[in-house]
Amino acid sequence: MNSSGHRAFSPGRIAAITANTLTELTRLKVFYVLLFFALLLIGSSIFMARLTFQQEFQVLKDIALGAMSIFTSLLAVLATARLIPQDREDRTIYTILAKPVPRSEYLLGKLLGVILLLALSVTIMGAVFLVVLNLREHAVLNETASQMSGAPPAQIAEALAAIRASAFNVNLLSGIAIIFVKACLLASLTLFVSTFATTTIFTTIVMVCVYFIGHLQGIAREYWLQNNSAGWLTKTFLGLVTLLFPDLQLFNLTDDIVVGTAIPSALFAKTVTLGFFYSGFYLLLSWAVFYRKEL
Amino acid sequence: MIRPLLVVVSLALFGVAKIPAEHAIAQAHRVLHLRAVDFNLDLREQVGQLGFIAALSGFRSLVADALFVQAHVAWERTEWGRVLLLFRQVTALQPRAILFWDVAAWHMAWNASTAALEDPAQPRLALRVKAQREYLALGKDFLERGIKNNPDRPQLYEAMGRLYRDKYLDHEHAAEFFAKAAQLPDAPSYDKRFAAYELSQVEGRELEAYTRLRQLYDLGERERLPTLLRRLKEMEIKLDIPLAQRVPDGLP
Repeated sequence: MNSSGHRAFSPGRIAAITANTLTELTRLKVFYVLLFFALLLIGSSIFMARLTFQQEFQVLKDIALGAMSIFTSLLAVLATARLIPQDREDRTIYTILAKPVPRSEYLLGKLLGVILLLALSVTIMGAVFLVVLNLREHAVLNETASQMSGAPPAQIAEALAAIRASAFNVNLLSGIAIIFVKACLLASLTLFVSTFATTTIFTTIVMVCVYFIGHLQGIAREYWLQNNSAGWLTKTFLGLVTLLFPDLQLFNLTDDIVVGTAIPSALFAKTVTLGFFYSGFYLLLSWAVFYRKEL
Repeated sequence: MIRPLLVVVSLALFGVAKIPAEHAIAQAHRVLHLRAVDFNLDLREQVGQLGFIAALSGFRSLVADALFVQAHVAWERTEWGRVLLLFRQVTALQPRAILFWDVAAWHMAWNASTAALEDPAQPRLALRVKAQREYLALGKDFLERGIKNNPDRPQLYEAMGRLYRDKYLDHEHAAEFFAKAAQLPDAPSYDKRFAAYELSQVEGRELEAYTRLRQLYDLGERERLPTLLRRLKEMEIKLDIPLAQRVPDGLP
């Protein structure tokens, strides 16, 4: 603490900005619209899955996790892209930064507000998904038990165990956690873009492009590292894509989790660490651009 | 001007630092058969531009599900060509989903092949049989590719066993695939029995079949199912097993 009683870094100030950002974001209609559509899609997956009549759990999980992935990614980009431009429009940024609030705390508070919103959304969507899955699992278990009422107990037990195994498995929780980590990464990257962008729409468009390029980064990296016959122009282009963009494909594990592939805990830990490492770095970069920016 | 340059340089330096981590995780994915899809021109041609973009954006399984539902509708309308095309797309997008390979093979080898054989629009039996065989081959091809992509799971070996047993009436190959399925983790207990049942119908391998059936019988009451007992009795008679070594009579 310095002589005037002002601390260079204050968790209290960050918490105040975080709480304020979260309140602002939860008041937005777009948040409820997105959440409503996500929940609608997750809820309706139970009916879509029944269309396929066989191993419906796979389709149910695909749709629900796909919906979660789409909506958290959208929410991360849309909610973050408007933070700084909106504060400038409302002139609240001037009020905040006129006080002895470091810009790093302002950015960190804003990002944490979005991350809390994402955590809230993922928790709600995850809970609805697990309830839907559980309801359907019980319905199928009851149907199977009544259909096989005359069969030997060992056969019934085997059939019921197979149904339980195809419904919930603990890897689904890893999948949901990775969806959240990917959304955090996108939020911090959006914050970085918004520090030099002039409008929300520009940030959103740039992020849509980054999203697609990020999913191709892995292919570019492999080609860049392994192919020596490519021309210098191609290699330069691939090198830039590899160096400047995150590999978003690394966070797409749900496609494999729904078909029953087990994700080892070491791989899960590495992916989560990489995700938070990216997020931290993009936050640092945001601060580097923002700390002396003329507002 | 210096600050933007510094930001770009930092981004590039971070890019260099992250490559080993990204590469290591991507390698781990490859070892675990995650991301078993090659995003190349073949896939692009198969799934169309929109599907390819959606798949590239991380929604591979959603696109595959949507196509799977379309394939289901095409099956209800008995549009076999469309069913085949859609299942090729579905399996290209989700090669680790057993369900898709299994259902694709079932549609081709069971539904489409039967429909072709009973096609009222084709008066010539030879052509109907030819079409039936083509669909059977398509079903087998789906299963072969499915097994190639999922060598560690028993379901498709089992489906191949059923195909050989019910459609090709080739009990030797059926026994071979049921036995392969039985060796894999999480295989249902009946795979071993099915392998022995099929082997018992192969000329010249009766003794081997008898040995396997007897081993299953010796495992205890749980394995002594009516079919197993009946096959065992048949083998005992066929191989003229001494009375003292035969299993007790007690067929239901």
